[in-house]
Amino acid sequence: MAKISVKVDGVTYSDDVEARMLLVHYLRESLGKVGTVVGCDTSNCGACTVHLDGRSVKSCNMLAVQADGHEVTTIEGLADGDTLHPVQQAFHDCHALQCGYCTPGMIMQATSFLKDNPTPTEHEVRVGMEGNLCRCTGYHNIVRAVLAAAGEGGGSQ
Amino acid sequence: MIPVSFDYLAPTTLDEALAALAEHGEDAKVLGGGQSLLPVLRMRLNAPEVVVDLGRIEELRGIREDGDTVVIGAMTTYADVLADATVTEHIALLHKAIAEVADDQIRHRGTVGGAIVHADPAGDVGPAVLALDAEMVIAGPGGRRTVGAADFFTDLFETAVGEGEVLVEIRLPKHTGWGAHYEKFVRVSHQWSIVAVAATVRAEGGTIAEAKVALANMGATPLRAKATEVALTGQPATDVAVREAAASAADGTNPPSDLNGDADYRRHLATVLTRRAVLAAAGS
Amino acid sequence: MTAVAERTALEIGAPRKRKEDQRLITGRTRWTDNIQLPGMLHLAMVRSPFAHANVTAIDTEAAKQAEGVVAVITGADIAATQGACANAWPVTTDQKTPAHLPMVVDHVACTGEIVAAIVARTAALARDAAELVDVTYEELPAVLDAKEAVDDTVLAHPDLGTNTTAVWTLDSAGQGTGGHVDDAIAEARVDGIVIERDYRQQRLIPAFMEPRSTVVDPTGEQITIWSSTQVPHILRFLIAATTGIPESKVRVIAPDVGGGFGGKLQTTPEEFITLAAARQVRKPVKYTETRSESLVSAHHGRDQYQHLTLAATKDGTVTGLKVELIANLGAYVALVGGGVPVLGAWMFNSIYKFGSYRFTTRNVLTNTPWVDAYRGAGRPEATYAIERLMDELAVAVGVDPLAIREQNWITHEEFPFTTVAGMTYDSGNYEAATARAKEIFGYDALRVEQKRRRDDLDPVQLGIGISTFTEMCGLAPSRVLGSLNYGAGGWENAAIRMLPTGKVEVITGTSPHGQGHETAWSQIVADRLGIPFEDIEVLHGDTAVSSRGLDTYGSRSLVVGGEAVVRAADKVVEKAKVVAAHLLEASEADLEFVGGRFGVKGTDKGVGIAEIATAAFTSHNWPEGVEPSIDAEATYDPVNFSFPHGTHLCAMEVDTETGATTMRKYVCVDDIGQIINPLIVEGQVHGGLVQGIAQALWEEAVFDDNGTLVTGSFVDYTLPTSADTINYESEHTTSPSTTNTLGTKGVGEAGTIASTPAVVNAVVDAVRHLGINDIRMPLSPERVWRAIRDAGSAATGDTP
Repeated sequence: MAKISVKVDGVTYSDDVEARMLLVHYLRESLGKVGTVVGCDTSNCGACTVHLDGRSVKSCNMLAVQADGHEVTTIEGLADGDTLHPVQQAFHDCHALQCGYCTPGMIMQATSFLKDNPTPTEHEVRVGMEGNLCRCTGYHNIVRAVLAAAGEGGGSQ
Repeated sequence: MIPVSFDYLAPTTLDEALAALAEHGEDAKVLGGGQSLLPVLRMRLNAPEVVVDLGRIEELRGIREDGDTVVIGAMTTYADVLADATVTEHIALLHKAIAEVADDQIRHRGTVGGAIVHADPAGDVGPAVLALDAEMVIAGPGGRRTVGAADFFTDLFETAVGEGEVLVEIRLPKHTGWGAHYEKFVRVSHQWSIVAVAATVRAEGGTIAEAKVALANMGATPLRAKATEVALTGQPATDVAVREAAASAADGTNPPSDLNGDADYRRHLATVLTRRAVLAAAGS
Repeated sequence: MTAVAERTALEIGAPRKRKEDQRLITGRTRWTDNIQLPGMLHLAMVRSPFAHANVTAIDTEAAKQAEGVVAVITGADIAATQGACANAWPVTTDQKTPAHLPMVVDHVACTGEIVAAIVARTAALARDAAELVDVTYEELPAVLDAKEAVDDTVLAHPDLGTNTTAVWTLDSAGQGTGGHVDDAIAEARVDGIVIERDYRQQRLIPAFMEPRSTVVDPTGEQITIWSSTQVPHILRFLIAATTGIPESKVRVIAPDVGGGFGGKLQTTPEEFITLAAARQVRKPVKYTETRSESLVSAHHGRDQYQHLTLAATKDGTVTGLKVELIANLGAYVALVGGGVPVLGAWMFNSIYKFGSYRFTTRNVLTNTPWVDAYRGAGRPEATYAIERLMDELAVAVGVDPLAIREQNWITHEEFPFTTVAGMTYDSGNYEAATARAKEIFGYDALRVEQKRRRDDLDPVQLGIGISTFTEMCGLAPSRVLGSLNYGAGGWENAAIRMLPTGKVEVITGTSPHGQGHETAWSQIVADRLGIPFEDIEVLHGDTAVSSRGLDTYGSRSLVVGGEAVVRAADKVVEKAKVVAAHLLEASEADLEFVGGRFGVKGTDKGVGIAEIATAAFTSHNWPEGVEPSIDAEATYDPVNFSFPHGTHLCAMEVDTETGATTMRKYVCVDDIGQIINPLIVEGQVHGGLVQGIAQALWEEAVFDDNGTLVTGSFVDYTLPTSADTINYESEHTTSPSTTNTLGTKGVGEAGTIASTPAVVNAVVDAVRHLGINDIRMPLSPERVWRAIRDAGSAATGDTP
């Protein structure tokens, strides 16, 4: 067991974890942050995407112990109270989700991407979101939503 | 899936890391950015007893200039390399290859050194450092040694970094003013390369004064297309001339056959992609 | 209900943003794997690495001693109680159906079958112990390919004596809907055109994003089962039917379910084994599969060999089509596995008027994971074949592929039309959809560019692909299912509860997993009852709440389930009208129902339906002899299928140097009847398109010679990303279905069915001038390159 201290969605947690525990399992099982999900075991699907110190990472592709001393933001910490983040709002407005399983990862990647590139072209959005698989939407409306969020200042938040 | 149980060490200095590796020998596995190792551990394809995480060793991070050389710490992330103006200016090929590594999230965590030591023959960093004639600085119990890229990649997933050793930094000769292009061929964008070509060219007027070309996934290691490089030297940067030189790109390679293509297809691809990469690098 | 019909629809047709989204975009979703129960234990499976083997011994001692292990279960331990994975659709009376036990007792028929399971305190400890189970296998020869299975040299199930489970035939001559196809072919061989082709429908993996998960809590009076399934009602029924647990003692809940595409239309070994484990240890047990497990153990789709013979007159009028399939069902006849190829039987003739038709499928067993419904289920395969053939016919005749289709399709004046396969299409307008698609696509300009590229010997060639498709949706009239020997009906159920505060609960027997029923059903009810959209809550996916239902698959939910909702709502209005007359002291004949209010014609007197719901709660002033409730339930059995159709046009660029293909443009004009929510419809179209395009270009489940799945992770099973896809131009023409009140036809599968042949036709069209008339799917760059190279060497006489 290793002692870790991680700030998640604004709250600092100190826990003993097994070294082998993945960050995503720490979030889901230890902290109850079940908004972040697991979709594969090879880091391809991106469903588990969270922010580590403000940048998108795949939380199934790192150990909880590696997050010691760092700050994690999950989909559950993105909205400002009842006010949705512009990317969340854009996903709703553009019907960018169906089953919703990939959605937390998509939104977390989109917010990180837009921070780096606040005014992307459609092509840049498509490449920027390539690490997140969706099986429902054909990506069409996801791309639309990210572009819409960029227009709404989603990149500057 | 969940990895097997292991002990975890997170040294904060290189010396501590080397000491830990010396103590645990072959039971230990080095964790860099973890973007290749974690899937391996999760699939239980590897079951180390001890994982030594280099992620907290500050001295292994960062990019600096040292005369005619750009020095990149092994634990520097792809994202940090992509954001670095020195890299863009002096070793543009590395920038272009790393921009094609996996995806945004992976590039935020994955490290240049990790990719080089992992030595997947389909990886994007290997051919770039090979083409750029990089040198790898390896630290071990007996001190430091430097190995040229040509001797570094020894076999499938194997490098000159031995047990108990750590890749410390990558020294890349500046190729200031050289054109560069990385031509990656995949079926879907999150795949490893079926074949990729890293090319960097010093053009004088319309003539190729010097060209360096390396191939991904054309054998057990990244490979230089030496015959093509020789044939390109002094040629005009035209489609006809480059096409002829690129025809020998697959000479001496031993590409794999798998789901994405048989060896003969890869040999063919290598010639087409080499032509495209060189022409793009030459600005034609 | 004329009054209702005359009301201006406010909600139906409106692009309402989805109710479901709020929880999904904020991470407050209820996936099965989220569930934590007191004392809950975790399950890990031990799976066979061999495709075909006898299990001769299982040593569980080391696993039993491992940390945190509560129980180790083998097939022998639960042989009597574990139940069975049932086949609900024996397609012939003599179908050979191997027993499909959730956990293997002594015979493994495919890789990934479960031979033991560990119950432990954590998922990690269960996995650790699973690796300590020592299974002794006696390997047997395996048969993997459907064609090789036909001659029975190697048997997938030696005790069955054959690999063929069933041969099913539909013959237009036999059923009186057309002539003898062999006569038509013989005639065409003499004085016409015969096109004979072999097409391969490769095996696909549904690859829903949420891995399957099951939690079983055996501690209450009812056993509660949460499962990531499309079919909670069917699961409950089959658990009761095969385990002996009384149905009344089982409650199945499908909470939020992350996609299915047919892949969760199954009762799975994992569900039965989790149930058996929980009953054995008397504690809640959870099993969640990994992606690698999912790819090999959730059912696969497609996997057919198609041998096709098309007969036509010299000028291109089709006179007959003969279809001979070999369908690989995998190791077992899964829930509706044998029926999937049969569903194609009515679709090979598609939108066309053929003189004669015969369809035969030979369903065979192999030592591969079982194959069952995947988005479209039988219909994409059929559509692919005929749309590829129509292109070949156009080439043979020497006309534009659109012209050959127009020459053969049913014109809009001819509806209703009974096809050569015996289906009666109620409505459609192929001319209108095609004309609109052609216009948006810029068909003529792209043909000009195509010619220019050919003339210039451009290394990047351009091709145009056409797919004019129809499908049968709204599964299904129960009498038809009965005639096909299907084990269940095709009705759907809905109930409406009028709450005392005027709010409404709609209970549906459909089980959405991404489709947006909560939103669409609310829109329907809002219009029928005049209740605000926001005041309506749709409940589903819990057998304790919606006791009757047949779940969601086959584009049936709106057409059948939506109609049930309409009928339940209309019953509420009917009941409320009696009460309104009483409260208003008026005669029912003088009442009109507009905007949720019963008004007395010619006066301003009236009462709202919400007020009547409140009145039912108190029942202080209620008509004599009338029960104090206006709640209603309806079960609807469709009278016919529905037949959406559309015209899809696709432009593909082919890099002849590498074989790489790039989509340039995709236009579709679909006629899906009345649209309830255009936002949801577009989403269904886009997603369907990409799944169909992915079959054409990217996806295939590949096994090695030992039957191990090579494409066993997302590294090798190549799903497309945002960077591999484009924006799609989608429009609609509308000819309402005449068989349901709303006039809807269904849209869940349209894109998938239509797009695969459109893409392949486009790629073949781009390189046809090089001497190529087919490339096997998926059209990998290597396959395209080899086709070009081989055609080139054939033309020049070079050896490759």
